[in-house]
Amino acid sequence: MSDFGITAFGAYVPRMRLDREAIAAAHKWMAPSLRSLAKGARAFCNWDEDTATMAVEAARDALAGSDHASLQALGFATTRPPYADLQPSAIVAGALGLPRTIRTFDGALGQRAGTSGLLAALKAGEQALFVASDAPRGKPASTQEMTYGAGAAAFVLGSENVAARLVGTGNVAANFASHFRPDGADFEYHWEERWVRDEGYAKLVPPAVDAALAQAGLTIADIAHFAMPSPIRAIAAAAAKQLRFTGEMVDGLEDGCGYAGCAHALLMLARALETAQPGERILVVSFGQGVDALVFEVTDAIAAARPARGVAGSLARGIVTDAYLRMLSFQQGIELEWGMRAEKNAKTALTEQYRSGSQIDTFTAGECGSCGTIQFPQLQYCVNCHAPGSGFSDVPLVDAPAKVMTQTSDWLSYYPSPPLLGGFVQFDNGARLQMEMVDAGPEGLELGMPLEMVFRIKEQDRMRGYNRYFWKASPRLDENKD
Amino acid sequence: MATGIKDKVAIIGAGCSKFGERWDKGSPDLMAEAFEEALADAGIERKQIEAAWFGCYGDAINVGNSSIPAAMALRLENIPVSRMENMCATGTEALRGATYAVASGAVDIALAIGAEKLKDTGYGGLPPAFKGTFNDLWMPMVSAPAGFAPLADGYRTKYQISKEDLKRAIAHVSWKSHQNGVHSPKAHFQKAVSMETILNAPMIADPLGLFDCSGVSDGAACAIVTTPEIARALGKKDIVSIKSLQITTSSGRETQMSDWDGSYVPNTRNAAARAYAEAGITDPRSQLSLTEVHDCFSITELVTMEDLGLSDDGQAVRDVLDGRYDRDGAIPCQIDGGLKCFGHPIGASGLRMAYEVYTQLLGRAGPRQLSNPSMGLTHNLGGVPYQGVAAISILGLL
Repeated sequence: MSDFGITAFGAYVPRMRLDREAIAAAHKWMAPSLRSLAKGARAFCNWDEDTATMAVEAARDALAGSDHASLQALGFATTRPPYADLQPSAIVAGALGLPRTIRTFDGALGQRAGTSGLLAALKAGEQALFVASDAPRGKPASTQEMTYGAGAAAFVLGSENVAARLVGTGNVAANFASHFRPDGADFEYHWEERWVRDEGYAKLVPPAVDAALAQAGLTIADIAHFAMPSPIRAIAAAAAKQLRFTGEMVDGLEDGCGYAGCAHALLMLARALETAQPGERILVVSFGQGVDALVFEVTDAIAAARPARGVAGSLARGIVTDAYLRMLSFQQGIELEWGMRAEKNAKTALTEQYRSGSQIDTFTAGECGSCGTIQFPQLQYCVNCHAPGSGFSDVPLVDAPAKVMTQTSDWLSYYPSPPLLGGFVQFDNGARLQMEMVDAGPEGLELGMPLEMVFRIKEQDRMRGYNRYFWKASPRLDENKD
Repeated sequence: MATGIKDKVAIIGAGCSKFGERWDKGSPDLMAEAFEEALADAGIERKQIEAAWFGCYGDAINVGNSSIPAAMALRLENIPVSRMENMCATGTEALRGATYAVASGAVDIALAIGAEKLKDTGYGGLPPAFKGTFNDLWMPMVSAPAGFAPLADGYRTKYQISKEDLKRAIAHVSWKSHQNGVHSPKAHFQKAVSMETILNAPMIADPLGLFDCSGVSDGAACAIVTTPEIARALGKKDIVSIKSLQITTSSGRETQMSDWDGSYVPNTRNAAARAYAEAGITDPRSQLSLTEVHDCFSITELVTMEDLGLSDDGQAVRDVLDGRYDRDGAIPCQIDGGLKCFGHPIGASGLRMAYEVYTQLLGRAGPRQLSNPSMGLTHNLGGVPYQGVAAISILGLL
């Protein structure tokens, strides 16, 4: 059997953070007990982020500097797809500029969608990108609202420079309905935690882990890192005790992220890979109507496989707010008075979107073959020398260095997170355009500030429920790497 | 070699409705109000008009598409009526259409009329614009003030001016216009506003506060044009002739190239150069008696003073604060109060400016009359500074 496994990985957690104290304070009048969960901050999607945009950002972190052309498959998993019938994988593939020949598949429908999707991709043995991205929503004043978060983890799979290989798996399937969410419903319906803990985790996790260890020819003592999400408080610690695990518990990302649904176990795997040493083994367990247990062995290639941002970098980039209603509004949990300007018709011409996809989806400028001017958008003739656009060559702007040339805060336009920040972005390569700017943080934007491009929802067509996506500029932060 | 339109066409009648929140009047009413004034001024009958150009910007808040609503409102029978839309240059474009028709000899007498009913939106400001199926995929959804606010950053960066100094200068721009509006009975706003109020107004798009933005109003304005010969035959003694009408439109250079520094409006400079050449103006600072410029936002007017060559580059802040463009300054700007006091019913604005220059040149401006003006300039800037349409007209006594 040829060597195959994880060759690179990346992560993304939305920068928006809500102090859990603020959630508890908002509900104190009717649910004072939430205060016991009010520790740290949880991540939430900005108004223009969803599981597809987070997936793009995690994938960019994983793919940085690598050749996309050899990818044969793209897998995606979420429990919160932007559409009931429109593949997020196609949106993600388009934004990443993956080969048109790529095979895409989308997994969903349960908390194990992330691990089982990764497992399927690993077993398929193709050069693949697999991304799990999730943003579960808790009903206002529920424990889920306190503990849930958002995030995405991405893995590149291949046979060269394998940094972590799968050495054993164990699975249990059980019609154990710890919770459910009916089709079209906003929120889950949860059964009592004590039952989930005692009849679910305690009885279903050990056999899956035992099977994985047996397949790997290992015992629990051979595992250095244990990664298992704790959507129920301290459930991972209880499982570790039951399994007699004595190694390192991987950070549950409760502070700064929060439980990120079916992406969470893989975010924890990514977090473990950021620190694990060659030769160490990582046990990943995810739970939901059964259990997936995966044992990975880290190789010497791990150092080179680590991403620029990763989970640690994502956690360090938080922008903390105490505005609970802001999160609620972004999650469509409250209908605010946005005024008549919000009545703007935002219908997308799907024909136009498709025919201009080569420059809009991947944010691709054109370099004039006659005078060399780099320009976006690519129109019929060169803006400088008027040579035909047929002579342009593509210049991707997604990772091109850029700076703030002008910026303003627009309080007049309808915008789901006022003010709308906009201004001219000047790319070092000469391209220039007016862009929306996001996630400026309390420090704001300054002229000349370095920018990076991020994939976001440009506009929501609330009448028809369709989002158009485009790239926005965001302050470039120093990347953290540990 | 084209000779341009200098002195080939004269304005023989002009009309302007009261601008403001005209809750009880629709666009057709406002058009009729301006039209009747112009007909009486020209001393002609409706049936003598041989062609008309109707300017209106917003289909959804006005009378709908085409020239038909104007033809029906004014009962323009059996003549060609054209609908013109070119953003904020719409009114001046309508005048250009009528003027070219007369200059070409196609007709003897033509009408240009523009009207807009901004107060039928249900809120203040302009409705969000549809930018086209392609542009809406990527262009930010910024409002008009946010489109013009970047001029402030570009200007400050180039000339190393502090935020506070620039804010004071643009506040003076608005202060001066409100001072002038006091003497403008057709203006929407006719009260003086203190510098303190202007400086402390709520922020709309940094650094533009509420008083850095033009008003939002309903209004209509029109002009009747013919040849100077016919004007004389009609008994006109003082004849206001069109010295120049020039329009330039962005080809995308400002936004897509990296050579524009954001401190000026290339379109205005190009239109001004062409207009001065057509009018035979060699020194606008001594030859222009007054200007009515596109003060959609105070920063626009400040930068326009340099774009028109009235201030040296980088000196507009000083000139504005020195009162150079105040009513008693060297070249009064917005003697009627400008967009600041009239508001900006888009289709009407260019023609409202021409109406004021015409009125001043004929010495009919009452308490706001300047002494012996001989030539005046109007300027519109449609779209945004970096992607738009600049329109300039120059009117003078023949």
